[in-house]
Amino acid sequence: MPSLEIRDLFVALAATPDKPIVKGLNLTIRTGEVHAIMGPNGTGKSTLSKAIAGHPDYVITSGDVILDGKSILEMEPDERARAGLFLAFQYPSEIPGVSIANFVRAAVQARLAEGEELDATAYYKRLYAKMDLLKIDRKFTSRSVNEGFSGGEKKRCEILQMAMLEPTFSLMDETDSGLDIDALRIVAEGVNLMRGDKLGVLLITHYQRLLDYIVPDFVHVMYDGRIVKSGDKSLALELEAKGYDWVKQELAASSAAVANA
Amino acid sequence: MSAPALSSSPVEGFTSTRFAQHLSHRAYLPAWWLEAKKAAWNQFNALPLPSRTDENWRFSDLKGLDLSGFTVPEDHSRQIPNVSSFPEAAEIVFSNRQVVARSHVSADLAAKGVIFAPLDEALRQHGDLVRTYFQKHPANLGSEKFVALNTALTVAGGFLYVPADVEVALPFVIQHTLTGHNVSVFPHTIVVLGPRAKATLVEFFVSGGSSSDAGRSLANAAPTERQFVSGVNDLHAAEGAQLTYVGAQRWSRETLAIQVNSIAAERDARVLSLNLHLGGRQARHESHSRLLGPGADGDSEFDQRPLQTHVSPRTTSNLPYKNALLDTAKTIFSGLIIVEPDAQKTDAYQKNRNLMLSDTAEAHSLPGLEIQANDVKCSHGSTSARIDGEQEFYLKARGINPTEARRLLVSAFFEEVLNKLENEDLHAALTGLIAAQFKK
Repeated sequence: MPSLEIRDLFVALAATPDKPIVKGLNLTIRTGEVHAIMGPNGTGKSTLSKAIAGHPDYVITSGDVILDGKSILEMEPDERARAGLFLAFQYPSEIPGVSIANFVRAAVQARLAEGEELDATAYYKRLYAKMDLLKIDRKFTSRSVNEGFSGGEKKRCEILQMAMLEPTFSLMDETDSGLDIDALRIVAEGVNLMRGDKLGVLLITHYQRLLDYIVPDFVHVMYDGRIVKSGDKSLALELEAKGYDWVKQELAASSAAVANA
Repeated sequence: MSAPALSSSPVEGFTSTRFAQHLSHRAYLPAWWLEAKKAAWNQFNALPLPSRTDENWRFSDLKGLDLSGFTVPEDHSRQIPNVSSFPEAAEIVFSNRQVVARSHVSADLAAKGVIFAPLDEALRQHGDLVRTYFQKHPANLGSEKFVALNTALTVAGGFLYVPADVEVALPFVIQHTLTGHNVSVFPHTIVVLGPRAKATLVEFFVSGGSSSDAGRSLANAAPTERQFVSGVNDLHAAEGAQLTYVGAQRWSRETLAIQVNSIAAERDARVLSLNLHLGGRQARHESHSRLLGPGADGDSEFDQRPLQTHVSPRTTSNLPYKNALLDTAKTIFSGLIIVEPDAQKTDAYQKNRNLMLSDTAEAHSLPGLEIQANDVKCSHGSTSARIDGEQEFYLKARGINPTEARRLLVSAFFEEVLNKLENEDLHAALTGLIAAQFKK
């Protein structure tokens, strides 16, 4: 079974490599599983997802990320994507002048063998089917990528790309941010339809709300660059009820206990 | 009428003997035309080459203007590939100076009075019409010497006339292919749209390789022959006419290309002039137009001197000028908007945006305004930027390789200008040309 293993990972901004943001994180995701990482702002959740996708602003100073038994650290961002990784952006870029149809097409084409031509008719048929599913107006195909889109439209467009590219592992960075409840439902339905034994998902979220719609198999609490607590979906509810201060206090208590031992 | 004596040229390739021979071969053309050529020849010889103190040539490589070694090619036709790939109204293909392929306008258009012919034929059959519009509004932006040489020696050229109220949907196409070392060519195109007429003319300027390179097209790697081109266009749009002009050049890496376009738009006329510069060692473009100039590979210098003159009240002009610079490309943008005293309520805009694709590329921008009216809106702006890192990462994060990601972003950069073209096939052809710059 394919897996994405994050091993003792340390990540820093490329500009300040001696100040780690992610500090020794361990997590293994298998296909068929949905993991949620929750945590307060500034704890390194987005840094983790961007670093795994290969964003040039971040540097992995130690540790490893293993996809299907192979380290991806030496791979370029586009190679990582073609190897099966997908990052759903918290703030997707606007690209005026590149239509959604051409953008997704270039991404689909990139996955074909050299010299293999994309079947345009089949491509559009598939694109329209996925758009209908995500309740995206077909007119959007000729619109520039994310340009002038509402928050909900941007996120649905991310899910559309994910649906078209069929990754093995999807890192979804704050997919719920900027969504009203209707958009959240549509996005969640889209993800739920893709759930299955061919896809592993890492949901990064600040709020429990998203997890009402995409019910995770595992919930992890991230704090100060590490996973400090793991459990099932009930952990998210407990966190929602008690707040992140609860985690901080528990953590302080346990480190005090260690110090006293 | 007594012919003025012909002055002698200091440029070995362009001797008075060669010019006299050129004239004698064209004795069948109208007298006014031959006189204009003689006057232009003398003007060419009388005018100095641009000098360092000439404001019109600031930042330009003046050493590159050395004309020694260039010759006027002998007349002989060659097999050359046709570069246009979209449905056309009609087409004229020149190899060096000669027409080697041609399609005529449909009987329907001909019956409506549409004329599309090589300049030589137009001079013989519609001499008065050509005379009315030939250099009616000279550009005068520093290349007068080269314009004079063009008039003296022009052979290859086209004449398009679309009468009042006639609309032609498909583009007219003129292709110039220049083949050989040290050859020179002097294309001159005249476009006249009558009131409310609508038409598109596309000109391709290409350096061809040897005849064994029959498969070469505009999209292939540029050849390296040293060549010289001095081209002139007179574009006229009468009241309410809509003219789209596209000039796409992919000269060799050793070509000195000077193109001087004069555009006259009368009341409520709309002229879209879109120029795509993909090749050349030194390519200078003077015009009063809206244009587009992506840089190319190698040590190319793209020297762009647009002038927008507002003469009448309530006129609008907009000039987005975009360059994408690869490798050690250098661009000079020296734009000027002149608003004459009577041109109140003018709305003029000039913008130069440079996309720097390498650390060694160089962009100079000198926008200027000369406003002699007091109720106008004029602005100009200049920016140079690199490819947006977040956009680039976004594309790569979808599995798109770095070359393709760049190509998409550069195409997107030009799309603001290209999307003004109504004809989708033409739009696709030009997008394809830009894309081809990245297939290396």
